Amino acid sequence: MKLITAVVKPFKLDDVKEALETYGVHGLTVSEVNGYGRQKGHTEVYRGAEYTVDFVPKVRIEIVVDDADASGVVGVIVKAANTGQIGDGKVWVTPVEDIVRVRTGERGPDAL
Amino acid sequence: MHIDSGDTAWVLGSAALVLFMTPGLALFYGGMVRSKNVLAMMVANFATIAAVSIIWALLAYSIAFGPDAGHGLLGGLHFGGLANANDPVPGYDLSVPPLAFAAFQMMFAVITAALLTGTAAERTKFGGFLAFAVLWTVVVYAPIAHWVFSPSGWLAQRGVLDYAGGNVVEINSGASALALAFVIGRRHGWPREAVAPHSLPLTVMGAGILWFGWFGFNAGSALASDGLASQALIGTQLAACGGLLAWCGVEKFRTGQPTTLGAASGAVAGLVAITPAAGYVNSMAAIFIGLVGGVVGAYAVTVKFKAGYDDSLDVVGVHGACGLAGTLLVGVFASRTVNPGLRFTGLVDGGGAHLLGVQSLAIVCSIGWAFGMTWIVATVVQRTIGLRVSEDVEYEGLDTALHAESAYDFGNVRAGRLGG
Repeated sequence: MKLITAVVKPFKLDDVKEALETYGVHGLTVSEVNGYGRQKGHTEVYRGAEYTVDFVPKVRIEIVVDDADASGVVGVIVKAANTGQIGDGKVWVTPVEDIVRVRTGERGPDAL
Repeated sequence: MHIDSGDTAWVLGSAALVLFMTPGLALFYGGMVRSKNVLAMMVANFATIAAVSIIWALLAYSIAFGPDAGHGLLGGLHFGGLANANDPVPGYDLSVPPLAFAAFQMMFAVITAALLTGTAAERTKFGGFLAFAVLWTVVVYAPIAHWVFSPSGWLAQRGVLDYAGGNVVEINSGASALALAFVIGRRHGWPREAVAPHSLPLTVMGAGILWFGWFGFNAGSALASDGLASQALIGTQLAACGGLLAWCGVEKFRTGQPTTLGAASGAVAGLVAITPAAGYVNSMAAIFIGLVGGVVGAYAVTVKFKAGYDDSLDVVGVHGACGLAGTLLVGVFASRTVNPGLRFTGLVDGGGAHLLGVQSLAIVCSIGWAFGMTWIVATVVQRTIGLRVSEDVEYEGLDTALHAESAYDFGNVRAGRLGG
């Protein structure tokens, strides 16, 4: 099994979710995160004092899939999240040792 | 003594309007601090209402407005504990009950002390601040109120004009704030770390309440429901508008973007500047004074970064600097056409520079007393019960550390349970 983690632009979340739904992925976890890569933050001014805010808001999407599906799911996310601009984000894949469905106690791929 | 029911109704209503300014100030300041300190800021303001009102009734009112105890420096104790408070107020020919006057003036003492929470923000003990506010009201506020507001005060005798507190409230709080900032010291990380406002919507609402209450502050200072009160009210409105537009104009020029905080601050700066002048100048002068207030304020708030004092929410820059500008401009625009009772008039009314000289004397004396005595009072409190919180408490935030509460609960992850 693989954990796919995607950090993308917040306004692309709906597109990504819809594309995954169409592709057959029926569950994911989303969190609001902040960070920076090549895209930098912005400047705020309060009573003449300028503050540089380095971090840019992003959403992090996490999905656990079967080994065989990983590459396809990554492709779907990348296609849906792409705008061609700096700051589109990244997607990475990590191996997952085990997984348990809390309700039934099923383990491994059965729990997906 | 003839009691006029219309005048009495307006002065009692104005007392309520001025009282409402302090909760407004709590919102104005509460929005400007970080989210971990918003409750501490608000409760410091709210509790200042209680502490200062009581010391006012016990002692401070008598020092400010009691029969002069000598040389126009202090009032005697005739009105202590609000005893004899139905006796005439020395020097005033009131058409309202003396108690209405005492209540109206009480609210001025409250908001002036509350202004100092803005300098002490995010690092001051709750009890320490209240003790300071009580001592400060007796030692700093009441004497200056006697000198300037009471007709038997030594500056009033020399003809100083301060309609609603340019000296007593604004310059006084500004100079006191500077001393307090030095005694308490900078917040950890300031000015290197960003300490940005956590909720400007609160700040804008607070500025709106201050603006609303200021009609009681300035127009109520006519102590009558008459034409002068009307002039003071329209002047107050126009100056607030001038201040708002001027501050935003300066921002557009300096950084390219007019800001929400700038608009809120500009309105307050205009209101501060017109405070000493509202019942002495005509409407066009009021617009000009407001514009000057907005420009002066927008530049004055940047001084602390160069000078290195942490006047956290700019009491020096907004109240001190704009109050000073307005007090001087009284010496330019004060007119007998507006207020026939004036002893001296300003430059444009052909009064020459004499009034400017008197206004300058009052400014220097108010700043000197406020700065020096605040330094002493704050140091005494700091060395006895303590004013500043520990470094741990400052990092954690005053809301949870001092008050065992937090202002905002948006999620369910932190949900606690009853008991330890």
